Amino acid sequence: MQNHSPDIQHRSPAPQVPQGSAPSGAVSEAAASQPKDAVGQEPAVRLKGLMKRFGKTVAVQETDLTIETGELVTLLGPSGCGKTTILRMIAGLETPTKGDIYIKGRRINDTPIHKRNLGMIFQNYALFPHKTIFENVAFGLKYRNVSREETREKVSQALEMVRLPGVEKRSPSQLSGGQQQRIALARAIVIEPDVLLMDEPLSALDEKLREEMRMEIDNIQQQLNLTTLFVTHDQREALSMSNKIVVMKDGRKQQEGTPEDVYDYPDNYFVADFLGHANFFDARVLEVLDNDQVRVRIAEGLEFTADHVGRWREGQDVHLVMRAQKINVTSPDLADEELESTELNYYPGRIYDRSYMGGETSYFVELDHGVRLHIISMVRRRPHRIGDEVVLHVPARHCGLLPREK
Amino acid sequence: MFKITGWSLIRLYTTLVYIFMFAPIAVVVILSFNPQQFGSFPMDGFSLRWYAKLAGNADILEAFGNSLVLGGLTAICTTAVAIPAAMAFVRYDFPGKNSLNTLLLAPIMVPEVILGVALLLFMRWLQQPKSFAMLLIGHVVITLPYVLLVVQARLVGIRTDYEEAAKSLGANPLQTFREITFPLLMPAILAGMLFSFTISFDDITATLFWATAGNQTVPVKIFGMLRNSISPEINALGAVMIVLTVSTPLLAGYLARRFARGS
Repeated sequence: MQNHSPDIQHRSPAPQVPQGSAPSGAVSEAAASQPKDAVGQEPAVRLKGLMKRFGKTVAVQETDLTIETGELVTLLGPSGCGKTTILRMIAGLETPTKGDIYIKGRRINDTPIHKRNLGMIFQNYALFPHKTIFENVAFGLKYRNVSREETREKVSQALEMVRLPGVEKRSPSQLSGGQQQRIALARAIVIEPDVLLMDEPLSALDEKLREEMRMEIDNIQQQLNLTTLFVTHDQREALSMSNKIVVMKDGRKQQEGTPEDVYDYPDNYFVADFLGHANFFDARVLEVLDNDQVRVRIAEGLEFTADHVGRWREGQDVHLVMRAQKINVTSPDLADEELESTELNYYPGRIYDRSYMGGETSYFVELDHGVRLHIISMVRRRPHRIGDEVVLHVPARHCGLLPREK
Repeated sequence: MFKITGWSLIRLYTTLVYIFMFAPIAVVVILSFNPQQFGSFPMDGFSLRWYAKLAGNADILEAFGNSLVLGGLTAICTTAVAIPAAMAFVRYDFPGKNSLNTLLLAPIMVPEVILGVALLLFMRWLQQPKSFAMLLIGHVVITLPYVLLVVQARLVGIRTDYEEAAKSLGANPLQTFREITFPLLMPAILAGMLFSFTISFDDITATLFWATAGNQTVPVKIFGMLRNSISPEINALGAVMIVLTVSTPLLAGYLARRFARGS
C-alpha cells in the first residue's frame, strides 16, 4: 500500500478523502481492536502489482492489496471484474502474468497450491460426494500428520463450530445446501489455514439462509480471528461483513475502504452507482461557501447545498449524487414546521409512481423542469399515493459531489 | 370395435421392427434346444444335447478361454490407456490437443478390414510374427475410442471444484487423482471396461486377420465351423454368447446401482 495511513477511521463523520486521489487504506475495526497484530508484523496477505492476462484480454490490471491478520476483506464487483481471478491467483489455481503474492511475508508465487495452507470455500460447496462428512472434514488433516484421535477430536470441534455436531457418518447428499456449505466451512477451518478464501459462498443459497450463513461466517471468522478474502457481487454481503471493501471493475480497483467509506464517500460514478440506489444529476458548482459547503445547480431554480468533501471550484462540472434512502419525503403541511430549522435543499414535487415493498416504499418523484428522483423511504405513517404533492428534503451531508467523467 | 388411428399404425410398425430385429436371434436360441440334427419347425421335443456336445468340444472351450482372456486383458489395457488420455484432453491444455483427440478416435471411422490389414502389414514390416500380443494390441486400438469417449464424457461432468478443494486442503496432484478424481470416475471406468470387453469378445472382422491357429476366438471359431457345415452346436454356442454379452452389461448396471445406493 502506497499510503497506508495509520489514522483509525470510524463511522460518520468520516474523514475527508480528497477526491480523485487514491483512497487511503483504512485500518479496520478488527485491526484496531487487536493491536498485537497491527504492530511490526507482516500483513497476512500482500499483493504487489498482481496482473493476469488471458490471451489478449487483461483480466486483472496491476493490483496492490494488503490484508492484515484477522481482517475480512471483500472484493466486490460485477461478474468479469477480475475479483475471482485474484482469489484464484492467491489460491494457486491461476498463475499470475506479473506481480508477487506474499502470505505472512513469504513470497508464494512458486509454491504449488497444496503447500500454501489456504482454506477455500466454493459457491457449489464442493464437498466430496463419495466421502462421508467425517472423511470430508478430515481430508486436509490426512496430509498434516495428525494422529487418528486428534483427527477425530478436531473434526468434531469443527462440526461443533459450524453448529452441526454429530453428522460425521452422513453423506453430503443427505444435507441441505446451507448445511453443506457449513460442512465446507468446517473442512476449511479445521486445517487452521493462513487465509480463508471464499468465492461467492452464499450465492447458491436462498435469501433467508444467506442471511443466516452470513452471520455464521462472520461469527466464526471473528472467533478464530481468521484472515479472510471474500469475493462477491452482492453489495449487502460486502457491506455487512467486511472490515474493508475493494470495489472492482474491468480488472481495476475502483475504491478501497471501510464499508462506510465506500458507501458514503464513493470515489467515482461507478462505485456510487454500484452500491445502493443513487440519483445522479449533472450539476455545476455555483459557489463555494465559507462554512465548508458548496452550492450547485442542476437546473434553473433547482439548487442544492452539498457538504464540501473534496476540492471544488466555481464553475466546475460535477455529478450530484443523492442516495435514494437519504432523501426525506413529507407531505407539504407537515413539512412547514421542519422548514423553520434549516431552509436548505427543500423542494416541492409530485409522486408519479411508487412501488410498495412491505417495510419500505419506492417513490418516484418529479420536481420542476421534469427532474426525476427515486426515493426509498421507510413507511411510518400512511404511505403517499401516486399524484400526491410532497416536499423533499436532502440534508447537505447526503449530497455527494463527484467529478464529471469524460 | 377397432379404429385405425395414427397411433395404432405406429404401434404396429414398432412391433414389426422389433420382430424383424429379434426374430432371427430368437430362432437361434429356440433351435439350440432342438434334438434333431436339422432344425425345422415345429420342433419334436426339447433337449440339451447340443449344449452337452458343446461342453465336450475341446476346440470350442479353448476358443472360449482365449476370448475371455483376450477380452479381459483388452478391457484392462484399454482403460489403462484411456484414463490418462482423458485426463490430458479434458483437464489440461496443450498444443495440438484437438487433432490428437481426433486421431485417437479415428479407429471408429476406419473400416475394420483396413485396420486388420494395416496392423498385419505393420507387423510384417517390423518382421514380427503374428502373436497373441499383436491380437491384444489390435483389440486395444479398436476399443480405445469407445472407452475414451465414455471416460471423457464423465470427466467433463465432474466439476473441477472437487479437485481444487482437495488440492487446497493439501493433497498433491497424484493424491488428488487417487482420492477424488478416480473414485468419481469409477462408473465410467467400469462401463468402459465392459464396453471394451464386449466389443473384443464379439469382434470378428479384424480378428480374422490377426488370429493364429493357436489363439482363435469364439467368433473366429464359429466362422470356421460354418465353412464346413451348419451344426446345431453353433446354435447352442450362439445362445451362450448372447446370454453372456447381454447379461454382462445388465449385471454391471445392476451392481453399479446397488453400489450407488449403498454408499
